[in-house]
Amino acid sequence: MTPLLEARGLTKKFGGVMALDHLDLAIAPQEILGLIGPNGSGKTTFFNVATGIYGADEGRVTFDGADVTNATPQAIYHAGISRTFQRSRLSLPLSIFDNIMIGNHKRLTQGLWFNLMRRSDLEREFEASYRAARALVEVFEPQLAERMFEPVAGLPMIDRRRIEICRALIGRPRLLLLDEPSAGMTHDETNELMDDILQVRDANKDLTIIIVEHEMGVIERITDRCVVLNFGRKIAEGPYRQVAADRHVQEAYLGVA
Amino acid sequence: MQGARQQSRAPLLPGATALALATAYLIALLAVEKQSFIIGLLLVAIVAVLAANWLGWLAPVSRSFIDHEDTLGGLTILAAFAVAAFFHDNHFVLLLVVTVLLYTVATLGLNIQFGYAGVLNFAGASFFGIGAYTSSVLNAHTAVPHLLVLPIGGLLAASIGSLLLLPVLRTRGHYAALVTIAFALLLRTFLEVNDVLGGPQGMQVKGMKILGWSFNDNIEIGKIALSFYMSYFVMSMVLLVGAFILVRRLERSWIGLNLDSLRLDETAAGCFGLDIARWKITAFLLGNFLIGTAGALFGMVGGFVAPNNYTFAESLILGSILLLGGIGNPWGLVVATIVVVVVPEKLQTIQEYRFLLYVLVFIAMLLSRPEGLLPRPVRRYFPGWRP
Repeated sequence: MTPLLEARGLTKKFGGVMALDHLDLAIAPQEILGLIGPNGSGKTTFFNVATGIYGADEGRVTFDGADVTNATPQAIYHAGISRTFQRSRLSLPLSIFDNIMIGNHKRLTQGLWFNLMRRSDLEREFEASYRAARALVEVFEPQLAERMFEPVAGLPMIDRRRIEICRALIGRPRLLLLDEPSAGMTHDETNELMDDILQVRDANKDLTIIIVEHEMGVIERITDRCVVLNFGRKIAEGPYRQVAADRHVQEAYLGVA
Repeated sequence: MQGARQQSRAPLLPGATALALATAYLIALLAVEKQSFIIGLLLVAIVAVLAANWLGWLAPVSRSFIDHEDTLGGLTILAAFAVAAFFHDNHFVLLLVVTVLLYTVATLGLNIQFGYAGVLNFAGASFFGIGAYTSSVLNAHTAVPHLLVLPIGGLLAASIGSLLLLPVLRTRGHYAALVTIAFALLLRTFLEVNDVLGGPQGMQVKGMKILGWSFNDNIEIGKIALSFYMSYFVMSMVLLVGAFILVRRLERSWIGLNLDSLRLDETAAGCFGLDIARWKITAFLLGNFLIGTAGALFGMVGGFVAPNNYTFAESLILGSILLLGGIGNPWGLVVATIVVVVVPEKLQTIQEYRFLLYVLVFIAMLLSRPEGLLPRPVRRYFPGWRP
C-alpha cells in the first residue's frame, strides 16, 4: 500500500546539531504510529518540518503522493494534516467554540462581504459549525459541551488538551499529529483522553495518527507500530513489544550498559 | 442541564439607568464653567464609579449592555442627541462633542488594527491628518461632492498607509511599532517642507456643503437658533454609528476570529490555514480607512489643517484611549474618548499638566485594571442566539 505520509532522507540542522539526520519514515493510511525516543531525539522537529513550521535542509516529504517539502503550514493544513502542540497553544482569552473554530478555518467562508453583510447566511454557517463542534466535544467530555462560550483560560489542563484535539479534528484531517498529549496530566486523565481518541478513530476509520509520547503505557495500548528516534536517526521500527526489547533502543534510553 | 445563566436574558434596567445617569452627568460636566465645580464633579464621578464597583453594581450594567446591545445602542444615540440639543447654541461645547465623536471613529479604526489583529500603529494621528489634508485640497481645488470627500480621505489614508505594509509584515511587535513612528515623523517633515500643502503654516479647509446646504451657517428653526456645529454633529453621528456597526459585525464574524487568533498565536493560526499577511493587511487598511474618513470630516469641522495638529503626541493620545477604554471593546472606546477629550478641555487649570496627568492615570490603570475600564467580553456571534 502506498504510504499516506513519507519522509525520505529528511534532514534538519540547527547550527551544528543534526536534529533530523537523513530520516526515512513512512506511515500507511489508517495506521496509528508511535514516534518515540529520548528527549532531543528529533520527534517534535519532525512534526515541525512535516507541518511546514521549519524548512527542511535536505530530503523530501510527500503526503498522499504529493510533494509537501517546504510547503507553508497553511498549504499543509489544507492538504489534510492537523496537529496539536507539545505545550498547549490555545488562545486563552477566546471561548471554547472560538478555539475549535480556528481549526475549522477551511470550512468557514472567509470573504469580507459575506462576513459583514450577509449576516443571515453567516448565522446558518455559524449554527452548523456550532452543532459540529458541540458533537465533537461531547465525544470527549459532555459537560464541556455545555460551556462552549466560556473562555479557555479558566479550564484545567485535561480540558485544554481535549479542546486542542477537537481543534485539530474539526477540520476532518486525514492525518493527525499528536505531540505529547499526556504532558502535564495524571495517569488516569491520560487514559481517559486516549479512550476518547480511540473512540473518535473508531467513528472515522480513515483517520491516520502519529503520536509522540513518553508514556509507554499509552504507546503500547494505542499504536499499531512504533518508530524510535535517537539523535535524529531512526534506530528501530516495529510493534511496541519488539522495539521495546531492541538492544539499541534500551541503550538509547538507559545509556550504554 | 442548560445553565439558567445562559438561558435568561439580563434585565435592561441597569444599563438604561446607567446610561441616563451618565448622560445627565455629562451634560452637567459640559455646562459647568467654574473650575472648583468641575474638580468637584470629577471627584464625584471617581467616587461613584469606585463605590458602584465595590457594591457590585457594574456587573449587571455590563450584562444588560451585552444582552440588549441594540436597544441600548439606540438609547445611546438618543442620549447623544439630547446632549447636543441641550447645548444647541453653544459652539464651544458642540465642537467638543463633535471632536469626541470623530476621535471615537478614529480609535475604532485603531481598535481593528491593534485590538483585534495586534498590529501596533503609532501613526494614528498621521492617518487622521491625511484625511484632513485630503478634504482641504479637494474642497479648495475640485468639485468633488463633499460627502464623497470623506471616503476618499479614508481611501487615501489607507493607500498611503499601504507603504507601510511591507515593513509591518516583515517585523513583529515593537519593531513594527517603530516603523509606524518613523512614518509619522517622515510624514510630518514632508508636510512641513511641502509648500504646495501649505508648509508648516498649514491650509484652510472649506466647510462641508451638501446639495447647496452649507454646514458653516447657523441654523434657525422658528425662533430657535442652532449652532452651525449641529450639522457637523449629525454628520459625525452618522459616521460613528456606521463605524460602530462595522466594527461590531467584524468582531462577530469569522474575520474577527481570524484577527484574534493571529494576534494571540501567529504560529498556531498558520498551522490551521490562516493567511497571516492577508488578515494583517485587511486589518491595517480597514483601520486606516476609518481613521482617514474621520480625519476628513474633522478637517472640515476645524476649518484648518497644519502638520502640528497631527503629531506623534496626538497618536499617543489616540492609543491611550484604546488602553483606557478596554482593548477590543467599542463601548469602552466611547467612554474613554469622552474622558480623554473632555476632561483636559474642561479643566483649563491642568492644561499644562495634561501629559503628566495622562501618565499618572495610565500607570494607575495598568496596575489596577490592565484590561481597561470596560474589558472586552467573550465573542458572541449573534447576541440573541441561544444554543
